[in-house]
Amino acid sequence: MLTEEIKRKIEAEIETCPNTQCACIEALQIVQQQYGWISDEGLKAIAQFLDMTVDELDSIATFYNRIYRQPVGRHVILICSSVSCWIMGFEGVSDYLMQRLGVGLGETTSDGRFTLLPVQCLGACDHAPAMMIDDELYWDLDRQKIDTLLERHK
Amino acid sequence: MERPLTRNIRPDGEPLELKEYERAGGYQAIRKALQKMTPDEVTELVKDSNLRGRGGAGFPTGTKWAALPPKEKSTRPRYLIVDADEMEPGAFKDRILMEGDPHQLLEGMILAAYAADTELAYIFLRCEYTRSARCLAKAIAEACRNNYLGKNILGSGFNLELHLHISAGRYICGEGTALTNSLEGRRAVPSHRFPRQTDSGLWGKPTLMNNVETLCNIPHIINNGAEWFKSLGRSKDGGTKIYGVSGKVKTPGAWELPMGTPMREILEEYAGGMRSGLNFRGVLPGGASTDFLVEDHLDVPMDFDSVRKAGSRLGTGTMIVLDDQTCPVGMVHNLERFFAQESCGWCTPCREGLPWTAKVLNAMEEGQGQAGDLEVLEFHTRALGPGRTFCALAPGAMEPLESALKFFREDFERHITEKRCPWR
Repeated sequence: MLTEEIKRKIEAEIETCPNTQCACIEALQIVQQQYGWISDEGLKAIAQFLDMTVDELDSIATFYNRIYRQPVGRHVILICSSVSCWIMGFEGVSDYLMQRLGVGLGETTSDGRFTLLPVQCLGACDHAPAMMIDDELYWDLDRQKIDTLLERHK
Repeated sequence: MERPLTRNIRPDGEPLELKEYERAGGYQAIRKALQKMTPDEVTELVKDSNLRGRGGAGFPTGTKWAALPPKEKSTRPRYLIVDADEMEPGAFKDRILMEGDPHQLLEGMILAAYAADTELAYIFLRCEYTRSARCLAKAIAEACRNNYLGKNILGSGFNLELHLHISAGRYICGEGTALTNSLEGRRAVPSHRFPRQTDSGLWGKPTLMNNVETLCNIPHIINNGAEWFKSLGRSKDGGTKIYGVSGKVKTPGAWELPMGTPMREILEEYAGGMRSGLNFRGVLPGGASTDFLVEDHLDVPMDFDSVRKAGSRLGTGTMIVLDDQTCPVGMVHNLERFFAQESCGWCTPCREGLPWTAKVLNAMEEGQGQAGDLEVLEFHTRALGPGRTFCALAPGAMEPLESALKFFREDFERHITEKRCPWR
């Protein structure tokens, strides 16, 4: 589960702090970057590597919004559901995405292409409604823009 | 009008590289401070400038810096943390600063670290700010190569190591003690406020924590002096402020303006007023966790004391406008659902009370409101108010609810009597 490269990356994080636990969030992020999510197997491997109990690490992994303990699609769509986007049409955007993808919020398409998640304010309030696909932010959304974006993410 | 914080930021927002930042006068403040000023003199200058924390609380920055234990008696290491976890709904000011002019933040950090005599610094950045992360990582590498960071900075004998921490995402990390727990690799739950973080923060060591916009002001104060900084403002707080407006106005955006610019001027001259066919009903002046203000308050100067006097908080200075065709109950429901989701669950009133308020509001929106619902909501504004919870999350969540019940009471009542949301 933990390849040599992953171990090297985690060790580099440990070097910046006084104990191993403080690198646990980075370790979860590094493993998630490789596998897309944190499986039970991955969780155990990280816990062992950092000398933590599995339960303690799981309590941390499940606390944070952006550590996935379930498999996600090839692309993760984060739709901003916070107040400015709500005023500017979050419901229309999310309804359209749900209809286009045939899934509800928190679900993954059957072909494993997209996972659709609501997210807290993306800090793009002056260009609401906004969403992210993977690491990129997109704003001033309308149906046409959403269609183009979905097309671009195979 | 001077705009020190944003004058270098390009219209397209592409970040300034090191050479461009230097050509615009960047990193001169470090040379001045490290070569000609003692750390205490830097702190004194910041104190004299009357700079107040731009993260929302408005605590005097220089006073916070001076609260660290005396250097000779202090345990080591000492830490500096930049709170770049901008997650307040409606707030988008720190992102603009980090993406547009990342070296300005680094210079402010180096100056704060020098004044506070810290040798290790962290930037705590929210994970969704991927572009900020790329801009900062590049700027940090450039600064390291040019000896603005690292050992013996510019031959001064001062050392500073800087790490960029990307959060795994949770609003509560904006609470100082929760942020510290998160950096230590724990659940981000708040800790006791005493002893203060300046005495016992990260790993029990003296820790200074400042917001992005706060630190971006420091190089300009060092270069131009305390009196210049004070003269920028239209109120006694001094300096400029990045104000933002979102909602159904003609031109939403963010603008650096003198601290204390009246709300009406920002909303009408900069945000262009309401979109045609819509009327202004209210505004959250400083993000999701601030009280609504209404038409009577439009002439309030947007500074910490004036907004407080009007019954709300300046907060982040990023305003969210409510128009007359958007349901205030729906808006408050959106806010309370957010706070309920983001409660860390550490203390009972917040963990149990916030979902309950969200449920009551949802029922009203769904046409299932009942007589007595308003009393239930009002009860919560007291039970989750200041002093009843471990940190400020729940009291902050109650600010828009309590004020909405005051200003938009009829709308709440109509949801119950008409058994539907009148806006749907």
